[in-house]
Amino acid sequence: MQIGNNEQSWGVLSILLHWLVALTVFGLFTLGIWMTGLDYYHAWYNRAPLIHKSVGIILACVLLLRLAWRLFNTNPEALISHAPWEKKLAHNIHLLLYLMLFSIIVSGYFISTSDGRAVEVFNWFEVPAYPIGIERQEDIAGAVHWYLALILMALVALHTISTLKHHIIDRDETLKRMLRVTKPNEKKPNEE
Amino acid sequence: MFRITIITAFTALVLIAAIPVPAADYVIDTKGAHASIKFKISHLGYSWLYGSFKSFTGSFSYDENNPSASKVSVEINTSSVYTNHAERDKHLRSADFLQVAKYPKASFVSISFQEQGNGKALLKGKLTLNGVTKPIIIDVTHVGAGKDPWGGYRRGFEGRTTLTLKEWNIKRDLGPASGQLEMILDVEGIRQ
Repeated sequence: MQIGNNEQSWGVLSILLHWLVALTVFGLFTLGIWMTGLDYYHAWYNRAPLIHKSVGIILACVLLLRLAWRLFNTNPEALISHAPWEKKLAHNIHLLLYLMLFSIIVSGYFISTSDGRAVEVFNWFEVPAYPIGIERQEDIAGAVHWYLALILMALVALHTISTLKHHIIDRDETLKRMLRVTKPNEKKPNEE
Repeated sequence: MFRITIITAFTALVLIAAIPVPAADYVIDTKGAHASIKFKISHLGYSWLYGSFKSFTGSFSYDENNPSASKVSVEINTSSVYTNHAERDKHLRSADFLQVAKYPKASFVSISFQEQGNGKALLKGKLTLNGVTKPIIIDVTHVGAGKDPWGGYRRGFEGRTTLTLKEWNIKRDLGPASGQLEMILDVEGIRQ
């Protein structure tokens, strides 16, 4: 099993991180909408936000790890069949996805910490508040958190549609490369 | 001649002093924060939660010889709601509670003032809050009046009234023990 990436394919770690982040982000978005509509007497009224915040902070760590892994590793090149505009668009969407994810996490942190309270990560540890002292910081950070989350979901849709276009219309390897590690002998049979 | 002048002047002074003081106008000392609009609501029926509106302005007129002519008006910035927990304050400003984006101001304008003796009075007035305007009655206690050490003249009252959340278009149900809240009002006016 190939852990790292190479020029043709993603390694196990990149693939796992990609799907872990995808699942987590989708889960956090759904949880966020659900928990803000809960009745005061609902059993999850306090538990759901605790999970949302804790997972958000952990996601930030995972994203940093993922970004580091991406920056200090070989990345597979885009398929030759991809048009230049497709490569450029895909690259920009990937950049925006990272940017949105970090901005959403940071804005979420600034909601919870606007009165100087720390963010609790389950009952394991706390992330202390960083005082920036903006008036009604919780409202501003809250609006940023919500609208960026909507933009992120639009980007996710675009990212997914593009992948499906490659998979269904172009019938190329784009999606398959992110689903399983391509064995070297599959790619270059004549080298064996 | 000189004596007559003295007597006349003295008589005039006595007469001036005997003339009833006209209704004096007071500005509520929000600048020096000798006034507060607080509220107290039950949490689940187990404890009391206190909150306040940090930003408001107001004035009143009061004449000791004709107290029933007293008038009060107060304007409150609803976004200044404060309960010592930013996430809760954010929620209180939202559509679930005070809808501050839609109704940024609450106001109270007096209709009548009836002294009950013993420093107590009933203050009736129109309260506009969360898009609802209705008459309310505030139980008033006259706390004191007199010169302050800095050349001014001050007068203060405290007031209590109970508001039922549902009557003021607050849709969130906080449970059977928390349907009402008590307003605790303290005003000190500086005579103009």
